Amino acid sequence: MTRPSRWNRFDLHGSPYVFIAPFFLLFAAFGLFPLLYTAWVSLRSWDLTGDAGFVGLDNYSRLLGDPDFWNALVNTLGLLVLATIPQLLLALIVAAMLNRPLRALLLFRLGVLAPIVTSVAAVAIVFGQLYGRDAGLVNGLLGLVGVDPIDWQASKTSSWIAVSSMVNWRWMGYNALIYLAAMQAIPRDLYEAAQIDGAGAIRQFRNITVPLIRPALIFTVVMSIIGGMQLFTEPLLFGQGDVSGGSLRQFQTIAMYMFEQSFQNFDYGYGSAVAWMIFLLTVIVGVINLLIGRRLRGGTQ
Amino acid sequence: MSAKWWAAVAVSVAGGLVAVAGCGGSAGGEAADGTITLTVKTFSQFGYEDLYKEYEASHPGIKIKADNIAKLGDYTPKLQQWLTAGTGAGDVVALEEGILVKLMAKPDQFANLLDYGAGSLKGNFLEWKWNQALSTDGSKLVGLGTDIGAQGMCFRSDLFAKAGLPTDREKVGALWPTWDEYLATGKKFSAANTGASFYDTSGSIYQNILMQQGDTTYFDRSNKLIVDTNPGVRKAWDQTVQMVDAGLSGKLQMWSPAWNAGFKKGTFATIPCPAWMLGIIKDQAGPENAGKWDVARVPGEGAVRGGSFLAVPSQSKHPKEAAELAKFLTSPEGQTAAFKAKNNFPSAPQALDDPAVAGAKDEYFNNAPVGKIFGKSAKELKPVYLGPENQQVGDAIGDALTALEQGKLKSEEAWTKALADAQRAAGK
Repeated sequence: MTRPSRWNRFDLHGSPYVFIAPFFLLFAAFGLFPLLYTAWVSLRSWDLTGDAGFVGLDNYSRLLGDPDFWNALVNTLGLLVLATIPQLLLALIVAAMLNRPLRALLLFRLGVLAPIVTSVAAVAIVFGQLYGRDAGLVNGLLGLVGVDPIDWQASKTSSWIAVSSMVNWRWMGYNALIYLAAMQAIPRDLYEAAQIDGAGAIRQFRNITVPLIRPALIFTVVMSIIGGMQLFTEPLLFGQGDVSGGSLRQFQTIAMYMFEQSFQNFDYGYGSAVAWMIFLLTVIVGVINLLIGRRLRGGTQ
Repeated sequence: MSAKWWAAVAVSVAGGLVAVAGCGGSAGGEAADGTITLTVKTFSQFGYEDLYKEYEASHPGIKIKADNIAKLGDYTPKLQQWLTAGTGAGDVVALEEGILVKLMAKPDQFANLLDYGAGSLKGNFLEWKWNQALSTDGSKLVGLGTDIGAQGMCFRSDLFAKAGLPTDREKVGALWPTWDEYLATGKKFSAANTGASFYDTSGSIYQNILMQQGDTTYFDRSNKLIVDTNPGVRKAWDQTVQMVDAGLSGKLQMWSPAWNAGFKKGTFATIPCPAWMLGIIKDQAGPENAGKWDVARVPGEGAVRGGSFLAVPSQSKHPKEAAELAKFLTSPEGQTAAFKAKNNFPSAPQALDDPAVAGAKDEYFNNAPVGKIFGKSAKELKPVYLGPENQQVGDAIGDALTALEQGKLKSEEAWTKALADAQRAAGK
């Protein structure tokens, strides 16, 4: 075999692999390797003083009997419900409103994006002021209608409301834009036909808009749920950086619990077990989601 | 098929390596001319810049590379990585007290400073500070002490005047020889209805009382958890609960915006003050409140929280030279210089008596003789053994106290919960 022909063969059959290699290399280095390494660490007893050896599934069995973990899981699921449902409903309404001819439309469309580009430090300061116990704006407003000041961090209910309001505020605009893009792809003649048939705005929204943006709806539900399972920044900011999430762990999510175990208590083995548990739970929730989504999609066709 | 696949992989990997190679760097630190470069890793502010220059001038063969990470929370995981990887830790590392007590469980990651003639320096350190870094059998010294968080009690003289209490720091100190009298003063203060709380948060009050109980707190010297049987812990808890019940606490979370703003607005009248807290108060209260804050003695006898050490990792290529540098930086002269630079309160008795420290006054705090006040607390201190899981247990109790302050738990419930959490934190 001569040199050029070998090169040609490589060029023909090998070069596609080279072209796609950067992604797979990056994925292997920053996606797959950490995942597998975390799994390996989770089977070991490893703290600040170093690796103390293989312990099998001890970290996992300890985790299943750990009330703080279950508490964090309940918090995460509770916040998921409180943050995702209003967020997506609001996003849908906002998108529908932005999908109409409005004055200063561009301004409004950019406006819904503002929370995403706001720095988290600013978010922390603003919400810290809003939900302050002694001089908070929300307590001030409640005081006007005769409600006693609330110590927002002290109880589960109040802290969940506060944290989910932050999540809703930060991510509503992002979802609204996705809905808006999907809505603009709907042919206008469908609406005209519906108008001729005498369908009102609400009827049009329910029977034309929502069914036709269903793929976007399912996408945002999946993404919001994955985001919700990994909720970390907002509750951490709300607690002024306290990873235990309140005096009685009122608003500690599983991601915060992982962080607390790994980087505050330096129990890396146990922290890795928590990380893998989060991964597994996210997969489970994702699969349930997929099944429901498939059913919904199947139902209309 | 598979041969081609491997070829593709080989090419990709080679490309990847080229990209990664840029991240590598030469370690070692010995240049061709025999100059040795020592890398010193610190966090926050150690105030060593001038000392480095002085050392380089007097030791021509040595160059110092200073590597500082601003936040302790960022520094600790990195330190752990360097130690585990066996590279990157440099030649001298700073260890905060809480980390040191953990690392004492596995001291082989550090050089034994006794092998480098540190044994004769024992008299240069307060005894408890020396013992903290010494293995239980006394055969291995992991680190040399730098600073200590000597304790005072800061107070707002304008709020004290409003409440009809004395404002002169000697008289204020005389109000509270003990914590019971601090409680009594607090009740008087509250009765005057100034609109401010007596102190900021119960957690730090509890910590102060606890550290004055002496000898041991949550663990005995064999690292057995004794939180439920140690009368000192229960005593500190009960005294703190009395203060919560008397409504003295501002219930502010330390480092939160409301806490920060409290210094300026005067939402609390006193706060336990480790030496480094003076800087925080100056920053937060601002120049317009100069002279309103003052420092008095802390109730009870002495109390010290925190402080750091310098150690030589066993991965250092030049342990002898590194140990010499650590000895120089932690010498009484070095500690005095660090105090002058950044107010880090020395752990060397000689430095405590040095006029530059003992005579130090702080203009912002009404010219309070801070050197004298903090020096006295440092010398009165009873040494306390902490144990490796000290911080987790302390966090569990601190959280229970906060829940008590928030009215979510009653005293006995909070205590039971604190004990259960402490046992879980320590018992894995």
